[in-house]
Amino acid sequence: MISVILNGEPRQVRQGSIADLVASLGLDVKKVAVERNREIVPRSTLADVALAEGDALEIVHFVGGGC
Amino acid sequence: MTDQWSVAGRTFTSRLIVGTGKYKDFAQNAAALEASGAEIVTVAVRRVNVSDPSAPMLTDYIDPKKVTYLPNTAGCFNADDAIRTLRLAREAGGWDLVKLEVLGEAKTLYPNMRETLEATEVLAKEGFLPMVYCVDDPIAAKQLEDAGAVAIMPLGAPIGSGLGIQNRVTIRLIVEGASVPVLVDAGVGTASDAAVAMELGCDGVLMNTAIAEAKDPIRMARAMKLAVEAGRDAYLAGRMGQRRYADPSSPLAGLI
Repeated sequence: MISVILNGEPRQVRQGSIADLVASLGLDVKKVAVERNREIVPRSTLADVALAEGDALEIVHFVGGGC
Repeated sequence: MTDQWSVAGRTFTSRLIVGTGKYKDFAQNAAALEASGAEIVTVAVRRVNVSDPSAPMLTDYIDPKKVTYLPNTAGCFNADDAIRTLRLAREAGGWDLVKLEVLGEAKTLYPNMRETLEATEVLAKEGFLPMVYCVDDPIAAKQLEDAGAVAIMPLGAPIGSGLGIQNRVTIRLIVEGASVPVLVDAGVGTASDAAVAMELGCDGVLMNTAIAEAKDPIRMARAMKLAVEAGRDAYLAGRMGQRRYADPSSPLAGLI
């Protein structure tokens, strides 16, 4: 297990790719976008990018919103 | 006779854009959207709730393949946050047409135009097509257009206030000076406000709270659809001149 910051909260996650993490969270990879250490990780490369100790990850999606 | 409008090469028939915030639930939101006839909805980008990933999602109720999602940077108070949000939005959705708003303060939600201009320039360079929320200032509107805004979206009144179009003169001046679409963004409270915006020559109107906080949002959504259409028709028809005093409509000749 390694320590990362996921959406602002510290979290222990299994070593592996970002795609593995997204799947383990029960999220549909097609409906989210991921930022790692303030850099966008293109969806096509999520399976290729390995998580590293201390990574700051943001996983976002579209929600209702107005003006 | 179809009356369409285009923004950045995309053509739409409905001139009403609706938000997707503040509704009781997604089902009500979807029903209001249907009644409004809108083809574009604004959406926000937020962190996934990682503790409850099975919570219902907007995309389950409003299909992004059928309705154009316009990602919005509501809640961003500086250019960097807004740009970062839209980069994520582009990755999540795969489209470049976005709505930029960089707010100046929570009390008024007035835009910070310095940050807004800076963000517009950066986004345009990165290939985004930003529709930009701004003050109702014809000079600022020109500057945004020069910076790469694909649509100018002046406020009619503060966001969520429902106060209606406060300054018809500046909205008209923006419309007359712009070579990109102008849409009133924020401030509409009821149907007549939407009609006013359209009568001033705006290409469209964006609203959220006026529909979502109506006692019957679905009926108000329909009212807004009709008001936008009526206002547009009135603008195209060319209204009569105004007189200071009465002018009879029946002939004066032949009176008994």
